[in-house]
Formats: sequence, C-alpha cells, structure tokens
Amino acid sequence: MDWAIFSFLAADALQNGTIYALLALSLVLVFAVTRVILVPLGEFLVYAPLTYVWFLPPEVSGLNLRGQIPGTAWLAAAMLAGWAFLERKSLRRAGLLALGSLGVLGLAWWGAQGVPLWLGWFLAVLVVLPIGPASYRLFFEPAKNASVLTYLIIAVGLHFAFMGLGLVFFGPEQFRLPAVWSGQTQVGLVPINNQAFLVYGFAFLSALGLYLFFSRSIYGKALRACAVNRYGARLSGISPSQAGYVSFSIATLIACVSGMLLAPLISPAYFQGFLLGLKGFVAGILGGLVSYPLAALGALLVGAMESWAAFQASAYKDAIVFALLLPILFWRSLRSQELGEEE
Amino acid sequence: MKRALIGLLTLGLGLGLAQQAPLKIGVVVSATGPAASLGIPERNTLLILEEQVNRRGGVAGRPVQFIILDDASDTTQAVRATRRLIQEDQVLAIIGTTTTPASLGMIDVVAEAGVPKISLAANLEIVFPVDEKRRWVFKTPQTEQQMSTPIVRDMAAAGVKTAAYIGFNDAYGEGWARAFEAAAREAGIQVVASERFARTDTSVTGQVLRILARNPDAVLIGGSGTAPVLPQRTLRERGYRGLIYQTHGVANPDFLRVGGDLLVGTRLPAGPVLVFDQLPPDFPNRQVATSYVQLYESRFGIGSYSTFGGHAYDAWAILRPALERALRREQTTNLAAFRRVLRDELEATRNVVGTHGIFNMSPTDHLGLRFNEAAVMVEIVKGPTGRLEWKLIRTFR
Repeated sequence: MDWAIFSFLAADALQNGTIYALLALSLVLVFAVTRVILVPLGEFLVYAPLTYVWFLPPEVSGLNLRGQIPGTAWLAAAMLAGWAFLERKSLRRAGLLALGSLGVLGLAWWGAQGVPLWLGWFLAVLVVLPIGPASYRLFFEPAKNASVLTYLIIAVGLHFAFMGLGLVFFGPEQFRLPAVWSGQTQVGLVPINNQAFLVYGFAFLSALGLYLFFSRSIYGKALRACAVNRYGARLSGISPSQAGYVSFSIATLIACVSGMLLAPLISPAYFQGFLLGLKGFVAGILGGLVSYPLAALGALLVGAMESWAAFQASAYKDAIVFALLLPILFWRSLRSQELGEEE
Repeated sequence: MKRALIGLLTLGLGLGLAQQAPLKIGVVVSATGPAASLGIPERNTLLILEEQVNRRGGVAGRPVQFIILDDASDTTQAVRATRRLIQEDQVLAIIGTTTTPASLGMIDVVAEAGVPKISLAANLEIVFPVDEKRRWVFKTPQTEQQMSTPIVRDMAAAGVKTAAYIGFNDAYGEGWARAFEAAAREAGIQVVASERFARTDTSVTGQVLRILARNPDAVLIGGSGTAPVLPQRTLRERGYRGLIYQTHGVANPDFLRVGGDLLVGTRLPAGPVLVFDQLPPDFPNRQVATSYVQLYESRFGIGSYSTFGGHAYDAWAILRPALERALRREQTTNLAAFRRVLRDELEATRNVVGTHGIFNMSPTDHLGLRFNEAAVMVEIVKGPTGRLEWKLIRTFR
C-alpha cells in the first residue's frame, strides 16, 4: 500500500465515518434521554432523499412523478393524525396536531407541483421530520418506564415496518439525486467530491450545535438532566415526554439532513438505511452509548476499518469489520455498567 | 333470436370449458424484495399469457390456471410457497423462481414430490449436473457461462490483454467470477483482480483502488439491478479510462436512469429480446421476441418490457407443448403419473423458439440454449434525443 492509495482510503474512510458519526451522535442523544435504541434512524436517513425524488423535475430524476404525493407524506400525516387523536383531551393541542397533519400533506402537494430544487430540498426534510417525534408519541410513550429491552423490541419492530413501507412507497430500485454542490476539489493527491465537504460541514455544525445546545440552552440542560436521572428531573419540573419529543426531533433532523447530503454520493434506495444505521449503532456502542466524543471516534474507526478491509479482502469486508469490533465491544461490555442499568 | 342463440351457444361453450377442471400451474416469483424488478415483469407476463390462452380456448380444450405466489426474494418463503402449491393446490408443474439461491432451495422439494419445475434464475447449478434430483428441474435463462463467452470474445476483439472483475458477494457474483475467469483464461486474457461488494454497499472505493493499482485494460462488473452503478461511477470518478463491461443483470431501464450519462460506452451481453428491433432480419428468434414485446407493451405501455419477462414467456413456451403431448398420454386425475409423463415430455423439447433463443432439451441438458442465438453484445449509447439506449454491436451466429 503506497502513500497515494493510503490517502484515497483515508478520504473514503472519513466520508463514511462522518455519516456513521452523525448517526451515532443521534443514537446516543436519544438513548441517553429516553433509553430507546432508535433502530429505525437509518430509515429516516433514506426517507428524506427518496421523498425529495418525488419533488424533482422529470428531467433531473428521469422519472415522471409530477403531481404524485410521496408515500412518506401520507405516513407522516397519518402519524400526526394519530397523535392528535391521543391528545384529544386538550382541544388546543389536538387541533394544532391535526393542522400539522394537513400541513404536511399541503407541503407535499406543493412540492409535487414542481418547485425549485432548493425549495424541494427543504420541503422533503420538513415532510419526513414529523415521523420521528410522532413515533415517540405513538409507540414509545405508551410503554412508559418499560425496560431497555422492551424499547429495543419496539424499535426493531418499527424498523421492519418502516423498511417495508419504504419498499411500498419508493419501489425496489435506487434513485439518482442532483448534487447540491457538484464537481470535485483536489486535496493533495485525492480529488474529493464537493458534496462530501457539505457532509463534513454539516457534521461539524451539528457537533457544535449540540455542544452549545447542551451547555447553553435551558432545553439542552433539561435534556441532560433527564439523561442523568429521569426521576430527579421530573421532581425538578422537567417533563420526560417533552424531553423525548425534543430528542427524537433532533435525531430525526440530523438523520434527514445527513441523508439529503449523502444521497447524491450513493444513489439511495429503501434498503440502504439499515446498514448505515447499524454501523452508526456500533460506533455508538464503542462510546458506551453515553459518550459523544467516543461515539464520534468510534464512527471514524468503523469507517477506517471498512475502507481498509474493502481494499485488502473485499469478499470478507463486513465480516472483518465486525470481527475486529468484537474484542472492543467485549472489553467495553466488561467495563461499562451504565449500559444495561435501569433508573 | 339469432343473436340470442349465438349467445346461448357461446355460454354453453364457456360452461363446457369451465366444467373441465383447469390445468393448474404453480408459479413462484419475487414480486417484492430486492429482486422485484425482475420478478414483476415475470408475473405480468404470466398474467397476460393466462388470459390470452384461456381466451383462445385453453390447452387441449381445458382452461389454464396460474396460481402465482410471491416469495419476497427470500429462499425460505420460496420453499414454503412451493410446498403449498404441491400439497394444497395439487399443481401439475411449477414455474419459478426469480433468484438463484431460492431456485436451488426449491429443488429438494420438487424432487421429493416428483413435480417438474422450470426455474427463471440464471445459475448453471440449478440444472447441472442432471442427477436424481435435478432430473425434475429445467430452466430458461442463459447461464453465466453462456454470457461470459460473448464478453470474452468482445474483449479479445478489442485487444484486451488484462481484465479485472468486481461482483456481488452472493451466488450471482460468485457464479460470474467463476464463469468469467474460466472463459478469460481460455482466451488468454489475464484476470489481474477479483473483488466483491454487497448490493447494499454505499462505498466501493477500497475495491476500486485495488483494481486501479493493477491498471487492467477492461473491468467487468458482475451485478444486477441498479446496484452496479456504484462501482462504475467510482471507477470513472477515480479516473479509470479503460473499457467497462456489465452483465445482463443490468438490462433494465432503471439502470440507465440511475446511472445516467456516465454509462455511455458500457458494453454488456444480453438476451436478443433486449434489442428485438435491431436484430438482423434472419435472426431466428426475432419474430417471437418482437411479438412478445408487442404483447407486453400493449398492456403496460411503450418501453415497459424487459428481458426478464421473456424468461417467463419462454417457460410457458416450452411447458405448453409438453402439456399438450402429456395430456394425450395420461389423465391429469392420475396426478403422480401425469407429472412423470410431463417431465419426460419437457425433456423431449425440440426446436422450441422462445424470446431468448432456441430450446433443445436432452437428458443431460435441461436448459437447451446455445449462446449463438441466446446472447448478443449491446452497448449503451446516447440516442438522437439525448436518451440512453441499448445498441446492438455484435451477434455470434
């Protein structure tokens, strides 16, 4: 392996690792606050760009979908409507949620009529975003104070449901998306897609944003309080369900935007979310699902191992990656107590 | 009065047809899951055929019923569906399924029950070698070996000395790796790298770097559906300027849509039905291929056809005459004996012209295609309107 190949592999590892890191950060955030391991996060990541395809003009996507409302919009609207039903005791809140449900359909209808690329981009994120907090309200909130295992089982069930729905909504094949920033820039020996810089930029901004959010804002501090001790947080007047919505919303937003930025580089399809999510999860585990910096480092480590294994022995790539991770995970599970701990 | 009489007569005829027990054929296809883009046209084709056959009076005066089950591209479900078709529906024969692993899984079940099966999957191992179990199994799609020969001949004609391979890390990719490496060795082309990737991968940079380091004259990408776009794009992005070959697994409109302009110049072997209107006038299966495409497009729209539906059409093309001959020899009520006779008649298939070639079965060959009629070389070009098109560049007759 010479220097040129090493730098190419490093660039590849950085790109993949950054996406895993974004997913790992979201998973750690959600787990710390709610004890939910959000397996379907990978599905949210592909939902956003696939929805965007429905808002693209035919000459860009190669498909004529003009006027069709993407399935995700119906899903988001239905979930918001279900949420409104659960809140029927408070007329104001139920009304707002019902309005939100119609609003999502309205946005999707608007996008499907043909909008500029940048507007469709934001509409796609907005349409998919409510699915995150609505899943919390519909599926996790009713199982209040359940064990981590129960939450995990619900999350895995949701993952299968969302993946199946993804196939129904978008079909089995991949799609091509336009890059937000096309072209390549030469960095040393390696030409790097400009789109990848957007991914790095977003990762940096999210990390910075989360840091400021947790250290400066009252909401962030409330989330941290919930993460440290839910019972104590409730005693000091912090609503754990509120904290749940906020953490699910932030995680979904990060996943959606990561997906939107990554999509032009990978040609997304409904089935691609899971493996990305899984590797994000492994990275999160490397940080014990509690430490953000360790999770990010773990993500870069997973990305690096993957690139190296793909180069050395591509037939056994995933086997090598997971086999190398086993001892680390074993060591972590021996050391860390907080992982399975209940309140 | 006259009209009423005719009406009564046709009603009577229809009743007569309906009273005859239908000939039940079991079908397993992957209508959902990763192989759905292959399975859906297969299912559509059989639905059109069922309607057409029954409108024209059925087979030997009896209506035909296709009982179509979906295996969701999954081996376990394919095996379960096969059992159900045999035990509950008591089918005469089975067509299916779309994918190689699931087709292999079905062999034990059909052999045990003694039901003839026609697979729609590519791998040679499904029908070779013809042993105690595989004597019940036939198939219609070309094997990787038959598709490798045209690629290697085209490479040799283009002066290629070294080639690299990158394919799926599953039965499809492994089958192609073996077939291509064997054919290349025979033609004196050196295979300098053999890499694998997963259908679900989002990056193949590592594999592509390894290939670039060996600097081959040509690269063959062994995948199906739209996933093979990724290695091709990575190769071009990393500055590869040599020839790129794909397999017939990408001969679908989705591949062109996802890949876009970077696919121009890609070569692949394909069943002749893909370029049915560009075949030379004396090409033996031109007429069948053309009428199949017209039949399919009349229902599903211009440009909707794919080569995969052609395999289902060919399965019926060999099953129908075998059924007719078997019906003359044995009663369908005597189910086990009829299935045995039907198997013998399938093995006796001679000179059946299908969309993909001419079928001549024998006790040692349960596919019966020669690559000369079953494969042509196609290049992806930019058409006059700026759309990507398949262009016939070489036939092997």
